[in-house]
Amino acid sequence: MDTTRHDLVIVGGGGAGLRAAIAAAEQDPEASIALVSKVYPMRSHTVSAEGGAAAVARADDSLEMHAYDTVKGSDFLGDQDVIQYFVGEAPKELTLLEHWGCPWSRNDDGTVATRAFGGMSTKRTWYAADKVGFHMLHTLFQQSLRYPNIVRYDEQFVTKLIVDGGAVHGVAALDIREGTMRLILGGAVLLATGGGGKIFPFTTNGNIKTADGMALAYREGVALKDMEFAQYHPTGLPGTGILITEAARGEGGHLKNSEGERFLTTRDYGVGTKAELGPRDMISRAIIQEIEAGRGIKGPYGEYVNLDLTHLGGDVIMKRLPMVRELAMLYGGADPITQPIPVRPVLHYMMGGIDVDIDGACALAGLYAAGEVACVSLNGANRLGSNSLTECLVFGARSGLAALRFAKGTSRANEATCVRQAEEEAARVAALRGKRGGERMAQLRRELGVTMEQGCGVYREQASMDETVHTVAALRGRYDDLGLQDKSTVFNTELVAALELGNMIHVAEALAVSAAHRNESRGAHARRDAKKRDDQNFLYHTLAFAGYSGPRLAKKPVTLGVWEPEERKY
Amino acid sequence: MSEKKTFVITRFDPDKDQAPRQQTYEVPVQPDWKVLDALNYIKDEIDPTLSHRWSCRMAVCGSCGMMVDGKPSLTCKDALSDYGDKVEVAPLANFPIVRDLVVELEGFLEKLSSVKPYILRAKERALEEGTHRQSPAQLEEFKQFSYCINCMLCYSACPVVANEPEFLGPAAIALGHRYNMDSRDEGQHERNEVFRGEGTVFSCSYANECSEVCPKHVDPAAAINQAKFNAVIDWLTGFVTSPRGGK
Repeated sequence: MDTTRHDLVIVGGGGAGLRAAIAAAEQDPEASIALVSKVYPMRSHTVSAEGGAAAVARADDSLEMHAYDTVKGSDFLGDQDVIQYFVGEAPKELTLLEHWGCPWSRNDDGTVATRAFGGMSTKRTWYAADKVGFHMLHTLFQQSLRYPNIVRYDEQFVTKLIVDGGAVHGVAALDIREGTMRLILGGAVLLATGGGGKIFPFTTNGNIKTADGMALAYREGVALKDMEFAQYHPTGLPGTGILITEAARGEGGHLKNSEGERFLTTRDYGVGTKAELGPRDMISRAIIQEIEAGRGIKGPYGEYVNLDLTHLGGDVIMKRLPMVRELAMLYGGADPITQPIPVRPVLHYMMGGIDVDIDGACALAGLYAAGEVACVSLNGANRLGSNSLTECLVFGARSGLAALRFAKGTSRANEATCVRQAEEEAARVAALRGKRGGERMAQLRRELGVTMEQGCGVYREQASMDETVHTVAALRGRYDDLGLQDKSTVFNTELVAALELGNMIHVAEALAVSAAHRNESRGAHARRDAKKRDDQNFLYHTLAFAGYSGPRLAKKPVTLGVWEPEERKY
Repeated sequence: MSEKKTFVITRFDPDKDQAPRQQTYEVPVQPDWKVLDALNYIKDEIDPTLSHRWSCRMAVCGSCGMMVDGKPSLTCKDALSDYGDKVEVAPLANFPIVRDLVVELEGFLEKLSSVKPYILRAKERALEEGTHRQSPAQLEEFKQFSYCINCMLCYSACPVVANEPEFLGPAAIALGHRYNMDSRDEGQHERNEVFRGEGTVFSCSYANECSEVCPKHVDPAAAINQAKFNAVIDWLTGFVTSPRGGK
């Protein structure tokens, strides 16, 4: 078994993973930091984020306002200590990124420009046109090349955490190009693998977003927290699900139904005068209600509404929303300068994830997580747009440092035990390669998507959620009979996809079971059969633990603070 | 709605193939499909052993570059309707094949590192000093060159890379030049030294193929030309003045 040893092993090379690696590498130039990714880091899904990153920058803004907006956006399920810390660090992190070369858009006086975003009470979203994730990711990746103590393992797919004596000691990873397994040991492991939007059939997420890190932690007994809160972004292109950024509305775009009516201003959807700049959960529900009321527009991929930017003029669109225009033209068949863009709600982000504290630490010693894979409870039941890119930086940095601290203070694992575990894992992966069985992968993936959308979509109710719970449990059984055809060792993407599907099924089950238990409506969890928020009975975080016959649930208290729960109206 | 197209795809499995071969698939395609959609259809419905890289399917992650009908293509961006009834898909030219449509990228990452693609300053700016002032005009100086998604289409199109694989190449030069043009950066001398080395900007024959295939309109050919000029000026001024700090 090819075995290497580092101080810290980071899994995932997107925004959070890279930020963590840089923080740790800078903190201790002597420390060896492994950065393991199943793709080249610049392919990570951070690249697809468009609209911006939030941090207080203007004189008319305050940390308190950013914190309150986030608390309210979270439908009071965000932990207020975490939120307070986040808003305080946010300006520093975005400034740091500016020092590293991020091409932030500028005001005429050379200061960094900010734009309006949903649920934010003033302009506090920093942007680099509408390619913010792309520029942040490449800035971080290129910056990471400065540090010789960051050792990259590109296209290495982590399939198991190595756990011994109640602590994590490293990972077993499939070298995708070689087809061999390797053992990467470290004093701590930090998961930064992103979310799992591909559990759903209609998503903004790229192909690599398969809930891997959540599944790795979950299988070792770590809780997944608040998994029922899956965010639908209001504006995805029908068919592909490609994201049309909220910045399009931040810059003044309007949503219109089949009658050409700006329904967010004419009907009561709870967003008040914020209209198109309401939070995502509310606007997604408004669009679904418009469609259900017969005011959607029929298209080849179902009904949609229009996102109209034509009144903004070509200059604004070309300067601030060039990617929106490119995407709309390439994948939506519309030039937004002259035509409205067809859009519908699309699964975008998971508020839930691995249960971590403010340091990114899990209940399992030596295991850390940051970014979308983690649930540090910044976002609660509904994330505000542009908070997540900043989250990757703030908690990537903090978790990276905390994990490094832990690693330096921990004792070395028994290498023989770790090697044995990795060899067992290698045998499991080898058995999966070219495995004979009756189930087709594409079919299982399709069925998983269908049932998740039916049970855990924008609107939910008990019967359909229960059915989804049963269907996903059955899929877990059927997965054991998977039939694969590719026996090659080299770049076997069928094998990788099979491992990813296993991860997705595990996490989907935790999501569905968590959803089915929460008998209230809060944030992105909107039930037709329990329409009100119920603070008496449900003001808590849901924890889902893996069990032999399915997930087992527990409760964790919400950390309140300055702001007591109140009715969430805009 | 759907029509059929024939896909002739390069296959190569080093476990069993001596050399790349071609395999033909009939695919029912939809009118709005991109080339990548057809590859994913083959993978899911016909032949799961086909290997190709892809992720974002919105022309920004840079994973899915391939040769389509002999030309470099970002396959999630290029519409199938622009091709005929028979479409040939092969791995990117000028790179070693790993398997099927997957090529070896390690060489590029070394080239990218060599141009120091990060802000270099004589003295790091302290966090307390806040952000730099950078005017919209200063941003324009380099913005276009920062659009590179590392898709490698330019290396596939480049006639110099074809003959001289060590050539630093369009994307790496454009990214190095991007930092040279950034008002926040003071690392021009270091990078210009790299650019004056063998197999870098002066190897470029200005065929302009890189700019023609670039899916993000980075115009690496323009970057290379500017970088050549700056590297020479920098060298000449080095003769007449003592070594100086950044601007």
